[in-house]
Amino acid sequence: MDLSAISPTLLVASLMVAATPILLAAIGELVVEKSGVLNLGVEGMMIMGAISGFAAAVLTGSPMVGFLCAALGGAALSIIFAILTQYFLSNQVATGLALTLFGLGLSAMLGQSYVGIKPPVSAKLELPLISDIPVMGPILFSHDFTVYAALTLVAGVWWFLKYTRGGLILRAVGESHDAAHALGYKVVRVRILAIMFGGACAGLGGAALSLVRVPQWTEGMTAGSGWIALAIVVFASWKPARVLLGAYLFGGVAVLQLNLQAAGVSIPVEYLSMSPYLITIIVLVVMSANRSKLVLNAPAALGRVFHASR
Amino acid sequence: MKLKSILAIALLAMTAATGTLADTTKVGFVYVGPVGDGGWTYEHDKGREAVVAAFGDKVETMYVESVPEGPDAERVMTDMALKGADLIFTTSFGYMDQTINVAAKFPNVKFEHATGYKQSDNVSVYSARFYEGRAVQGHIAGHMTKSNIVGYIGSFPIPEVIRGINAAYIHAKAVNPDVQFKIIWAYTWFDPTKEADAAKVLIEQGADVVLQHTDSTAPQAAAQAAGNVITFGQASDMAAYGPKPRVSSIIDNWGPYYIARTQAVMDGTWASTSTWDGIGAGMVGIGEITSAVPADVKASAEALRDSLADGSYHAFTGPLNKQDGSVWLKAGETAADYAGPEGLAEMGFYLEGLDSEVPN
Repeated sequence: MDLSAISPTLLVASLMVAATPILLAAIGELVVEKSGVLNLGVEGMMIMGAISGFAAAVLTGSPMVGFLCAALGGAALSIIFAILTQYFLSNQVATGLALTLFGLGLSAMLGQSYVGIKPPVSAKLELPLISDIPVMGPILFSHDFTVYAALTLVAGVWWFLKYTRGGLILRAVGESHDAAHALGYKVVRVRILAIMFGGACAGLGGAALSLVRVPQWTEGMTAGSGWIALAIVVFASWKPARVLLGAYLFGGVAVLQLNLQAAGVSIPVEYLSMSPYLITIIVLVVMSANRSKLVLNAPAALGRVFHASR
Repeated sequence: MKLKSILAIALLAMTAATGTLADTTKVGFVYVGPVGDGGWTYEHDKGREAVVAAFGDKVETMYVESVPEGPDAERVMTDMALKGADLIFTTSFGYMDQTINVAAKFPNVKFEHATGYKQSDNVSVYSARFYEGRAVQGHIAGHMTKSNIVGYIGSFPIPEVIRGINAAYIHAKAVNPDVQFKIIWAYTWFDPTKEADAAKVLIEQGADVVLQHTDSTAPQAAAQAAGNVITFGQASDMAAYGPKPRVSSIIDNWGPYYIARTQAVMDGTWASTSTWDGIGAGMVGIGEITSAVPADVKASAEALRDSLADGSYHAFTGPLNKQDGSVWLKAGETAADYAGPEGLAEMGFYLEGLDSEVPN
């Protein structure tokens, strides 16, 4: 065992990269849930983003076009969910699950000819001098664009929800759609926009996986990231800053697990592999043990069907 | 299951039903990964294509890709047998028990299981001596590493993988006594995300050579992004990542074996056998050693390859001790293939000098 081989600086830097896909998906889902919609299709939207981004990047040779198409791909899939739940008033849980299964299948079909192909390299931030500062350089100034995009998005969502009129309307719709409707706000329109934003974010998260973190396309490559993103939103009790914390915690455990193995720590790998999921369960149990808090944080209209006639 | 394969099988089933192709030999292949993985499954599929090229109209092949190791494999094999396959190649270690089970139900169908050790009247086993290739890789790795840290991505702690680690390690240590191996078990044959993460972690911990016993090219991409790291193609040449990071490779060459076994079924001479061929027989190929390797290292690596090929040198030649210091092979002694836990076929221990433990 040789723990000194693990560099804390590199550990933090790599956990930021590892956490980016789930962070992007989670911050999108937070906005969706804040508007009172529970979309369990995150996994499906992520993998659609992963393949549409990958395919677009390979075809055009530009990672940026890839990310754009990933956002569009994720949003396109989420529109199916939006139409079904907002116009046809279908059950959100069932529709979300169906969306995940549909997304996994569709992406596998679309991705048939993209297995084993190398995507164009997305550039990393290389600032002379600044990227070379010890500790701070590798952690803050040497990532690719998705890491910064995700952080900006978290800050943006926090600001939007807390300080803007639009954010207030979104929260109002999520807390009581009847009251918001009575005040003249377009509940369905607000929710559809929120769902599409969530889809676009999940799509970006998928592309961060297929274009940056791996980078390669494989069938089912999201491997449960979407479900972790959903758990993180609850873990974060619907607060953007805590989503960031949660995502880095999960990313951190995944990276630390491999680091400990390489350093020769003789903990059975199975324990380390399941630790992120164990932590999720523990956090959920701890949170729901305190009922008053959970109720305070969850959007009151979460998962409830809205129809103007009721 | 992929749409293409479903369609292919449906088509085969229809042509079979019409009875026009009754005299063709049907050969089925069960793959653990996608045919486009660029590694293990890709090479098996090239073997299948070689069969098609060799026999043309006299043979029909079918395959199913990305079949999980477990009960689902049994369903896929049964399906193939029911569709009239005469010979079925099951190409992953984890299909061992399933192959035996299905073979018992279809005594007239011949089965060939790759890398396993359970035989029966209609189940042959075949594997390649990948450890000979690992010896060459270890030799190059020992010469090339500047940090003296070699990273190794393992799939599952099974004899085939442990043999590879040992072979690479002793040949690295022979040329570089300070070399240290860091091993990460991915517990998968094919998961680019996990493989990429494992490669990154190994590189962060100082490895400047990464060996992989997993099937995707993701570790190659991670090494390329990191810069000054070298890798070796696994199962397939992975030449797209040369001349650096990929400096050489182990290439599995199944084509000749698949052709010979298909011929045996056609001639009615097929018998249950156990085949374990190495560099000499051409089942294991060493991919071109690129310009990133100094000429003298390249020359000595090729000399090692040639001595393994002509049998003048065995990759496990004593004196070799086990990790706990006990004697495994005395000076000049070479490892036996089959000698219970002491033999190569069931090797479950590390050799002296490796500092991590074999997981249970």
